[in-house]
Amino acid sequence: MIWKILLFLIISFVSIAGIAFPIVENPIYWYQFPLIPGLEENAKIIFFHVPTAWITVIAFLMSTIYSIKYLRKKNLLDDSKAYTAAQLGMVFCILATVTGAVWSKFAWGAFWSWDPRQTSIFALMLIYGAYFALRSAIEQEEKRAALSAVYSIIAFVTVPFFIFIMPRIMKGLHPGSADDVSSGPVVDFHMNANMLLIFYLSLAGFSLLYYWMWQIGYKSHWIKEKFNKQLI
Amino acid sequence: MQSYWLYKKDLASEIRTRYAINSLAMFILVTISVILFSIGSETISDYLSGGLFWVVIFFTAMSGLSRAFVSEEERGTALTLQLIASPTTVFSGKLLFNIILVFSMNIVVAFLYNILFESFVIKSHLLFYTGFILGNIGIAISSTIIASIIAKAGSKGTLYPVLSFPILLPLILILIELTKMSMDGTKFEEGIVELSVLLSYNVIMISASYLLFDFIWKD
Repeated sequence: MIWKILLFLIISFVSIAGIAFPIVENPIYWYQFPLIPGLEENAKIIFFHVPTAWITVIAFLMSTIYSIKYLRKKNLLDDSKAYTAAQLGMVFCILATVTGAVWSKFAWGAFWSWDPRQTSIFALMLIYGAYFALRSAIEQEEKRAALSAVYSIIAFVTVPFFIFIMPRIMKGLHPGSADDVSSGPVVDFHMNANMLLIFYLSLAGFSLLYYWMWQIGYKSHWIKEKFNKQLI
Repeated sequence: MQSYWLYKKDLASEIRTRYAINSLAMFILVTISVILFSIGSETISDYLSGGLFWVVIFFTAMSGLSRAFVSEEERGTALTLQLIASPTTVFSGKLLFNIILVFSMNIVVAFLYNILFESFVIKSHLLFYTGFILGNIGIAISSTIIASIIAKAGSKGTLYPVLSFPILLPLILILIELTKMSMDGTKFEEGIVELSVLLSYNVIMISASYLLFDFIWKD
């Protein structure tokens, strides 16, 4: 119970601080963000875009880990866990795509420009979509679990190409691209201490939120499956 | 060695019915003529024709390559195959068959493309053909493993391109990039990075396929 209240506090603080704190050129008070050249007011979306993209990848990783576990032990609970992780991953993937598109409209001038990062998140969405299409096509439980586990592992081994290789060998606009000289990962931007604090709080808050949702999700899926079996 | 006999068996049954070969050949003809009709008398840019080349190859591959496993399930011979051969042998045999199929199909596509599209001019041949060979092997590996999933999922034909596309996407993106580079006349040495990405894709996919095929094949 206590950590749920804590989570509520973190998420509300991050939402209020991330949206309402002013951006000024020379921050004096603790609640003022510094002006980052090239980002300006757009910098605030970083508190919501990066955590959702992070959760997308984490959820996909968890889905793969539980798929491997299922193939080893053949325990259907692991399949429920993998399926729920994929479901949540899809939700956060859509959120990351939308926040990314909004940011891109104001920073690069268009909602969508097939930057390597945008291509990779699009491919991730396609993988999730294909995974659900495969699951809905198979009736038998064990078969569905085994085949979708195999598919999710095969899809996972292609993900490094999207996330690490393509953005680096192709030209793009996102930080960390091949022709980007200014900075490496996004966090190395000249964030000051309070910005970094809110950024990491947001990351932690979203991770906790995801973990909580995932626990409720897989339990309810598991109970639903059990009831279905009893009815038959 | 056993997988070679499996390949011979597939080839013999394919030559008897000619189902996959005929449908692939017709599909190539249909897609290329659709592209030619839609272009009409306009001239298209070099890069666009290079991209369309891989579009034709992708959709042609999607139309015929699932036969390898789907035909076994349709004829009910999958169980016999499970009894007489190990999963590794089955996968190797099917992979060999699909590699031959992809190569023959893509050579025909490349030939037709060279004749019919004036803007499709390759300047650095070595780069293009190395990418072409590696890409074909990659397409064959990925489509074979996806075909086995499809066959076990009850031969859902429409699901095949849906499942294959995200898996093949990194390969196709790199191949389109390589085709552009070879149209620009880039030297072979400058394309080494892209070629090594293709090679690593093939190695990763083939090892993942061999590891996971057991779980698909055994019910």
